[in-house]
Amino acid sequence: MLIPLQHILIFAAGLFAIGLYGALVRRNVIGILISIELILNAVNVNLIAFSRTTALNPVTGQVFAVIVITLAAVGATVGLAIVLALYRVRRTIYTDEVNLLKW
Amino acid sequence: MSPLVLLVKTGIYLLMALSLLAAVGVVTFRNIFHSALALAGTLLGVAGIYLALRADFLAGVQILLYVGAVVTLILFAIMLTHRLGDPTIPQANKQSGPALAGLLILAALLGSLFLKTNWPVSEAALTPVTVRVLAKALLGEFVFPFEVVSIVLLAALIGAIVIARKD
Repeated sequence: MLIPLQHILIFAAGLFAIGLYGALVRRNVIGILISIELILNAVNVNLIAFSRTTALNPVTGQVFAVIVITLAAVGATVGLAIVLALYRVRRTIYTDEVNLLKW
Repeated sequence: MSPLVLLVKTGIYLLMALSLLAAVGVVTFRNIFHSALALAGTLLGVAGIYLALRADFLAGVQILLYVGAVVTLILFAIMLTHRLGDPTIPQANKQSGPALAGLLILAALLGSLFLKTNWPVSEAALTPVTVRVLAKALLGEFVFPFEVVSIVLLAALIGAIVIARKD
């Protein structure tokens, strides 16, 4: 390993925290989806870092990362389709303006 | 330590710092279009980290799938929906203070945990994973999750078309 595992883990934790901040704070639905992509990337960095250092079989982490990337693409696709449908019906993409079911 | 190794190390740390900076831009830019472009920067930085960890196939997949496809999709969605560039619309809700405090605590806690833990290094993990080995694992040992993910992808494809089309 060129750089120690701890530094990569700290980088991934920082990326995760930034993504979670965006998901909690953004009002825009597309902004929230973008933040979720950041979180999933942090997870992938961790998986690959562990597969290079502590794993008993280095392939497992990369296979898992491939699956996570696929599911992230699935999430983005369906999420953006829902955003388009929402915009057509309500003319807004801000989460707090979509309060039809809020009592 | 040879100067080349030092150079590469500095490059990797620089890449990490730039990725985190772009990620901060992603969550703070007012214009969501700029956020999406910063997301592309972060994803490219992460692809560089993959290369540094010798996961070259995943770096390629990252650039092709994320920077190529997902960011393009997000940009299309932004252009189809957004009331772009209206500065009177607030982009953040009122929870930014507590969220920032909580996440700083979380990051500090995780960082101290990472530094205190003694991570074991396994010898088997040091062998590089070639595309051939990865393909054999995906279509051999992990063929069932692979097929399940394929079905999920197909379902999402059909579902996205059904949700997004005009009736």
